[in-house]
Amino acid sequence: MSGPAGPALLGVRHHGPGSARAVVAALDQCRPGAVLIEGPPEADALVHLAAEEGMRPPVALLAHVSDDPGRAAFWPFAAFSPEWAALRWALTHDVPVRFIDLPAAHSLAAGGPGGQQQEQEQAQEPGPGDPRPAPRLDPLAALAGAAGYDDPERWWEDVVEHSRDGGPAGGDALAPFRAIAEAMAELRTAYGDDDSDGSSGDAGRDTVREAHMRLKLREARREFGDDIAVVCGAWHVPALAEKRTVTADRQLLKGLPKVKAETVWVPWTHRRLSRHSGYGAGITSPGWYGHLFHAPDRPVERWMTTVARLLREEDHPVSSAHVIEAVRLADTLAALRGRPLAGLTETTDAIRAVMCEGSDVPLALVRDRLVIGDVLGKVPDSAPASPLQRDLTRLQRTLRLKPEAAGRDWEFDLRKDTDAARSRLLHRLRLLGVGWGEPVRSRGGLGTFRETWRLCWEPELAVRLAEAAVWGTTVESAATARAQSLAHEAKALADVTTLAELCLLAGLGEALPVVMRALSERAALDTDVGHLAQALPALVRSLRYGDVRRTDATALGEVAAGLAERVFVGLPAACSGLDADAAARMREHVDAVHQAVGLLAGPGVPGESGMRERWAAVLTVLAGRDGLPGGIRGRAARLLLDDGGLAEGEAARLMGLALSAGAAPADAAAWIEGFLGSGGSLLIHDPRLFTLVDDWLTGVPPDAFTGVLPLLRRTFSAFEAGVRRALGEQVRRGPADEEAGRAAEEKGIPGFGAALDEERAEAVLPTMRLLLGTTPTGGTGR
Amino acid sequence: MTVPGIETEALRPHAEDAFAEELKALAAADDRPRPARWRLSPWAVATYLLGGTLPDGTVITPKYVGPRRVVEVAVTTLATDRALLLLGVPGTAKTWVSEHLAAAVSGDSTLLVQGTAGTAEEAIRYGWNYARLLAHGPSREALVPSPVMRAMAEGMTARVEELTRIPADVQDTLITVLSEKTLPIPELGEEVQAVRGFNLIATANDRDRGVNELSSALRRRFNTVVLPLPATADAEVGIVARRVDQLGRSLDLPASPDGIDEIRRVVTVFRELRDGLTTDGRTKLKSPSGTLSTAEAISVVTGGLALAAHFGDGVLRAGDVAAGILGAVVRDPAQDRVIWQEYLETVVRERDGWKDFYRACREVSA
Repeated sequence: MSGPAGPALLGVRHHGPGSARAVVAALDQCRPGAVLIEGPPEADALVHLAAEEGMRPPVALLAHVSDDPGRAAFWPFAAFSPEWAALRWALTHDVPVRFIDLPAAHSLAAGGPGGQQQEQEQAQEPGPGDPRPAPRLDPLAALAGAAGYDDPERWWEDVVEHSRDGGPAGGDALAPFRAIAEAMAELRTAYGDDDSDGSSGDAGRDTVREAHMRLKLREARREFGDDIAVVCGAWHVPALAEKRTVTADRQLLKGLPKVKAETVWVPWTHRRLSRHSGYGAGITSPGWYGHLFHAPDRPVERWMTTVARLLREEDHPVSSAHVIEAVRLADTLAALRGRPLAGLTETTDAIRAVMCEGSDVPLALVRDRLVIGDVLGKVPDSAPASPLQRDLTRLQRTLRLKPEAAGRDWEFDLRKDTDAARSRLLHRLRLLGVGWGEPVRSRGGLGTFRETWRLCWEPELAVRLAEAAVWGTTVESAATARAQSLAHEAKALADVTTLAELCLLAGLGEALPVVMRALSERAALDTDVGHLAQALPALVRSLRYGDVRRTDATALGEVAAGLAERVFVGLPAACSGLDADAAARMREHVDAVHQAVGLLAGPGVPGESGMRERWAAVLTVLAGRDGLPGGIRGRAARLLLDDGGLAEGEAARLMGLALSAGAAPADAAAWIEGFLGSGGSLLIHDPRLFTLVDDWLTGVPPDAFTGVLPLLRRTFSAFEAGVRRALGEQVRRGPADEEAGRAAEEKGIPGFGAALDEERAEAVLPTMRLLLGTTPTGGTGR
Repeated sequence: MTVPGIETEALRPHAEDAFAEELKALAAADDRPRPARWRLSPWAVATYLLGGTLPDGTVITPKYVGPRRVVEVAVTTLATDRALLLLGVPGTAKTWVSEHLAAAVSGDSTLLVQGTAGTAEEAIRYGWNYARLLAHGPSREALVPSPVMRAMAEGMTARVEELTRIPADVQDTLITVLSEKTLPIPELGEEVQAVRGFNLIATANDRDRGVNELSSALRRRFNTVVLPLPATADAEVGIVARRVDQLGRSLDLPASPDGIDEIRRVVTVFRELRDGLTTDGRTKLKSPSGTLSTAEAISVVTGGLALAAHFGDGVLRAGDVAAGILGAVVRDPAQDRVIWQEYLETVVRERDGWKDFYRACREVSA
């Protein structure tokens, strides 16, 4: 493609280790006077940082709109990115570097304000990601198809990435690039160069970018002569070789919208390079590529050894014999499939069959730790401030929260917008590990709208903030990303519920769906009803916070309802076979769930229809099942009674059963504790129940009495003084009262005397007269 | 997956006889290098199992319908001279694949040891013809070789079915065979050395209770390939429907015209509980302790058909399969019942058009 005297056009696949190797070989061979790289020209000033000691890939060039860090675009570089290899080559050989892509000022402006999130993803695509323009027919797939491959990625790997020397030994290092350029030219004629007829103003994105690259190339040739090298996506190579007039290119670039953009280096991670993290243009296996790039020889053998070491660390018995057999299997598989070298698919298949005994579980570990990898990049301290830092500074200004080293308490009234925003900011920062504010207990204020924080800015927080820059460019987006990642990592159900609560506190509505998903997954798999019952109140609490903070919590309601259902199903089984302590804890769970159901079963919560009834059915089972601890049965009976879920006389029947002679006294006492635990006034008003307790108590045999006494004392001492006195009086009046109770039973009004107590009725009369306006003389009565 | 039907026919030709034509055509078209004593090259063996069309127009029928990767790894394992262990729940065509592999590689699938709790060492090593032994003393003539021994001597592929059912101490007899590739005969002071081309395919059930786990020493000698359950619901519904149809005919059950919807429902329930995930991918579920294999789905539907034919109106309805499903799902009365009820309450109750099924299940679960 490139003429003998012209610049060397090195078409690459972004993030391809083979491409990177080939680029270095080509640069070594042609020794250019300048290197041009596809990337935002604003970054020219930052190039020198790449040579610094503290710079460790993966890193990304980040361009963002000056006053709005949320609108940003990334150009990530891994150690095995050809662009990075070219950059390092140029710096070590003291050769000038220029970035030649369309300036970020234009590409960021194209998105316009508003579509922040979209812009981020769109702008990502043209960055190093994929040589294939997304919207069109996939040209690489066509090439791969022509070569008899069904997977274009695999084809590219076989042809380019797996070639160890970037060409035949001692041959022309530029030869592969010429071949690629030819192939791309063919493809571009077959599929059309974008919409390059140039007839309309809205020329395609690629056309504009290529026009800009051509202009920059021309500029560089004037400055450095023809002896330069260009590293860019393979797709663009034919366009750069094309002869176009300067005016035509200028025409295309005229009138492009422009914003003020700034560029910085930010640390990056392999995980974010990978496609798994949701960024459209990523690679599936950064760890594997990194290995291919770094391994000096025998990549498959070295890979297997690394895998074996990892598996051994995780207590899987893997010996050297396994490694040998895995390598043999991978190589033979590659031969069977007609591939030049075992690739990731072959090695993975071999690892599964030989080292993992056919199981995908340890394999997932390999995929997560090695194929993707946990590599974290680093940016030298001398690099300019991250946009996250700037966003925080901006927020501190608008919210009038100055970072002060001396601790100071702030009280926020969440009903006020500024205070709510401050609270959200502090919660978000806490999520990011920047502990600027610590929540403290409110001094006077009750109610959920008040919050007290102690703010104290320590220098190390700046470091934390720099670390947090991996998560995003604004405090909000970073906190969202962090929360989502935490949700994935969380092991226990309680962790996720806390996280959900935090998300609501921090107003991270976008993270909520992910957190909710994680929550419902953990809930579905958790077999401990105790955990579920514990999580439910926190969720319901969050629902109420949602109201105070005006966040949308429908998803939360759905999950809470699902959680409640699971508790309903599992509770009866979970209550059996408990010792006294466990039973007491379970009783608390029953109470908590009861409260939660009361709140949940309100209108507007999905799945609430009939929830109360189903809960009542569960309670009925609990109250009536023999063999459950007395405390739980008593509690269930009481809850049912309070909600009117027991038929007339049913409570007395249940109590009679629980306190009958057949029941062990200790169990009966526990039943009473469960039943009366939340207040004893019931006994005053229902003489039948009172009589039952009384009869039972007098019937307890003397040696058992000492056993039940502490339980009973605990129960009765918790009553209010008035209730205790009333009960005492009732006991003193003794059987007479019991008879009155029987009489009342005949009349059918429990809790009321048999006849009118005229003495007490008299006391009411003066007030009644006053109200009715009758003369006091008219009815002096007796 | 499996090709049902052939397995149940009483008079059933061996794979190498049933597909002799295909094997011959493949051997003729195969110009790739073959490992020692292999009838076909690894590539041709893979083609034989997965199906394809040869240059001369011969159509090779697919023997195994499933991921290509599985077959490729299995064939490659044999080519690298490693023993192959096929794992999977019942009904995943383990035996079928092993038979066809042996037929394609060695042209003989009959060197078979059927593993049971009563399988003795003689079945794997050698036995004696006691009449000869008493008459002439120990000699090669008095020796009765096992299929494994014959395979070693002739460089063929031996098969061991249900390896995990064999008692652990008998299993370990295989260690010397697989690592030293020799079988000592101490009574004669001799040994049988394996000839190139010898290999062993074992099958085992990985979700069965009361099996004898392989010792790690033996396990290390095998490359393990797990045969997956049908990947899609449609494939599984197809398998169940076909098999139920065959079984129903042999039981003289009338064909149920509307049965396919109910079959789909049974398969959906089985798949969801097995995978621990609803088909829409939105809700996670706990998985019960049973295997819930395709084979069990088949028996649930067959049972339901019988119920419908003899006690119902002949149409397969939710009520006919509910009891069968309950029996298949709830294996452990405490744990599985909770899982099943959770599934009923959180998934089935809310699902459109499943009201009848929910009611029927509630009825039998109560």
